[in-house]
Amino acid sequence: MSDLVNELREIAARVAALAKSKGADDAEAIVRDGSELTTKVRMGEAELVQEAGSRAVGLRVFCDKRSAITYSSDLRPQALESWVENTVALAKLSEPDDLNTLPDGGFATEFPDLELFDPSVLGMTANEALKLAIAGEKAALGYDKRITNSQGATWSRVVGGMAFANTAGFAGGSKGSYVSFYVEPVCDEPDGKKRNGSWWTASRFLGDLASPEEVGIEAARRTVRQLGSAKISTGDRAIVFEPEVARSLVSTLFGVANGSAFYRKSTYLLDRENTAVASDLVTIEDDPLIKRAPGSKSFDGDGLPTRKNVLVDNGVLKTVICDTYTARKLGRESTHSAGRGVGGSPGPTSSNLFMKAGTSTSEEILAASEGALYVTSMMGFGFNAVTGDFSRGAAGFLIEDGKLGQPVSEVTISSNFDTMLKGIDMVGSDLEFRSAISAPTVRIGSMTVAGN
Amino acid sequence: MTSNINTIERAPFAPGGANEIDKAIAQRLLGAALDAGGDYADLYFEYRSTQDFSLEDQKIKNVGQGVTMGLGVRVTKGDATGYAYCEELTIERMLSAARTAGQIASSGGSDQTFSIEEITPPHRYTVENSSLLKPPQEKLALLKRADVAARAASDKVIKVNASFVEQVRETLVVSSNGRMVRDRLPMMRFGVSVVVQDGDKRQSGSSGGGGRKGLEYFEGEDVSPEAHGAEAVRVATAMLDAREAPAGGMEVVLASGDSGILLHEAVGHGLEADFNRKGTSNYSGQIGNMVASELCTVVDDGTVDDSRGAINVDDEGNLGQSNVLIEKGKLVGYMHDELSAKHFGVDPSGNGRRQSFRCMPLPRMTNTSLLGGKHVPEEIISSVKRGVYAVKFSGGQVNISNGDFVFSLTESYLIEDGKITAPLKGVNLIGNGPEVLRNVVMLGSDFERSDGIWTCGKEGQSVPVGVGTPTIKISEITVGGTSAG
Repeated sequence: MSDLVNELREIAARVAALAKSKGADDAEAIVRDGSELTTKVRMGEAELVQEAGSRAVGLRVFCDKRSAITYSSDLRPQALESWVENTVALAKLSEPDDLNTLPDGGFATEFPDLELFDPSVLGMTANEALKLAIAGEKAALGYDKRITNSQGATWSRVVGGMAFANTAGFAGGSKGSYVSFYVEPVCDEPDGKKRNGSWWTASRFLGDLASPEEVGIEAARRTVRQLGSAKISTGDRAIVFEPEVARSLVSTLFGVANGSAFYRKSTYLLDRENTAVASDLVTIEDDPLIKRAPGSKSFDGDGLPTRKNVLVDNGVLKTVICDTYTARKLGRESTHSAGRGVGGSPGPTSSNLFMKAGTSTSEEILAASEGALYVTSMMGFGFNAVTGDFSRGAAGFLIEDGKLGQPVSEVTISSNFDTMLKGIDMVGSDLEFRSAISAPTVRIGSMTVAGN
Repeated sequence: MTSNINTIERAPFAPGGANEIDKAIAQRLLGAALDAGGDYADLYFEYRSTQDFSLEDQKIKNVGQGVTMGLGVRVTKGDATGYAYCEELTIERMLSAARTAGQIASSGGSDQTFSIEEITPPHRYTVENSSLLKPPQEKLALLKRADVAARAASDKVIKVNASFVEQVRETLVVSSNGRMVRDRLPMMRFGVSVVVQDGDKRQSGSSGGGGRKGLEYFEGEDVSPEAHGAEAVRVATAMLDAREAPAGGMEVVLASGDSGILLHEAVGHGLEADFNRKGTSNYSGQIGNMVASELCTVVDDGTVDDSRGAINVDDEGNLGQSNVLIEKGKLVGYMHDELSAKHFGVDPSGNGRRQSFRCMPLPRMTNTSLLGGKHVPEEIISSVKRGVYAVKFSGGQVNISNGDFVFSLTESYLIEDGKITAPLKGVNLIGNGPEVLRNVVMLGSDFERSDGIWTCGKEGQSVPVGVGTPTIKISEITVGGTSAG
């Protein structure tokens, strides 16, 4: 463990103990320390260099089954003391809840090295980052003469440590790095309408990033191919979601397959455990133990050791993701999936959540989907968790001759999410772990497209 | 702070505070910021105190509290910005942040002196009304009242959640062009959400409101905790029997108030001048052109007293204003921050806003409104042969470059032969900003502002905003339902 993590762990343990000494039955404290560097260029010139660090501590106290949650960025000893006292006083305003106690033991004792931190990330200077950003944007601008403008290229890094401790003796910490690079070129339609597209790379390790030029060229390719976008006719069609968009289907599923949605009855999946909720081609897992992955962690926000959970196994809903509190609400065991920020209550959270790769190549899916809409972006919030009704804006391409044909924009795609998951009839083999939620190409047999 | 019921803790940088910032310190920091040769610098001090209460399963479940404080320093050189912040207001930390931000310029500067004048902004809200000054028990009682009312409204109610969030934010802006302005901004937001069940059908509904107000908010018409509880239940039960919405282009009538979301997405973002400065908005270069039907006059107004989008002064130290953006269909102005105002050679419009001291300011909306017309709402509905009447919304999104936008309906009805008939399932509307505004064919005389619930996100920064509209008839927009018939 590094000096930083040791220091944060010591602070967390001290704050939790202080709360107990001020009258709390038990307490938990979380400390985060982060530093960021963001550099942005636009049309070849530096547009933004932002550099700063911050530290904050969050506290939850339990007093007679009542609780309060507070945070502060003032870590001076005197300020800490009065803040902790206030938190204990605040707890008396809430009402007793028998479930409001620390987990009943089973805290993490081993902390496997998940390779979350790359020290060379810190070695990058603002000038070096600007050079990379300029190179990436230049590659995009030079790709096609129809690219006339740019929303810019952004290179950013976050390096940070966190620690969590409770008065049952748990104290854990970790350190991580994350670097990302994003390019967004703009091109013009003959009628003056503009089209923007983007691409990105991200990793915990500098060496695992795609080159700025690769990212710029892919961003440019994704921009110019939209030229000539138009609405298509209203009617039912097969829909193919590219991986970048299929991710949001996985994320939507998580929103209705966690303990919080279950005990609040705000999910259409109530009473559906161990039944088919998707086609048998669909398996969705949450795995916090993948080395170098963006969402990896060895212990959860309750201090419990993390583990892989299978949410959907060949279409059957197997696991509802829970932290300690929601599991108790539902009369079951935590899946060791608590997430916790500095300022809020813990809740069930995904780590690295993904739909497992299928057997079809993306080419095979295109070849089998003549006339389908290939969706490359979705807009809006049209999902009702209680009923499953789904309606969102979409853009993409008509699949013609087994390839991406006529570009499409300004349409909506609608159905019910339950019907959609059951209607998945092809799953691609093209899964990549670029972000904490990922999916391969996915095809749904039929949805309603509203357009002309 | 629970112990300070009669006063709200002042920021340490306020006059008399432990880290008081006076003109001399500000001058020293600005000098350090511009030492490397920057053109312009500003300091943004912020202290934010928040408290929140939530009710679930008929119990006060969570009580939370937090304080954040810091200084953000910005230096510009041409169109380039250097930004740094610190959370400890010691002179060493502040100077270090100023120098870090100043590195964006490397030409070397000369010793500059600044004459700083403290401005007292007008009063559009009263921090002395803040609910933070009231005993917490009063706020807990509000949650209980909403819960009781919601349960009493229908025996179909199976879940009630209620929340109350209150905040006071104290700011100090000092800029190298001589402005020094302090502000204290109260804010409160109350919300109720319910789930109802009838047989095997379930549905959710919500209601809420607030603004830069205190507990006197609840004395307004139809906004008591009971009224919000009952409203959430009304929406949920009305939508229990929702049928599939139609799909395709058709006439749509938007109810007054929250429908301003349409405006916010269809034109608002596209008129934020950073996109136009860069030429990436579909409204770039369109000043003076007709961009909407001549019925449409669109105003962004940060001066609406006590509203969620009100600002005495923006986060760059410029006074909040009322700005006409579109006048009878013609585009007449953008919303500016310092950078874009300088680029276009106009005065800043008081739209430079930021989420916190950790973020640089951007041109942002405040309260965006489409002014009322001459029709009574019933007349508008009765003019529709077959279409959709949209009442409540969960939000919207826009692509600035091509102008495509969506907004999501949570309560809507079919209109058949001029009459409102069946409730419709949640559905998205999608359109293109300029095209939809050209399709505005009737406006009601019933202009109304939304209650204080909306938050706008841009480049990862959230700021509170308001919207307002009369009843609006759009001759054609695409409705994203599932029933193609």
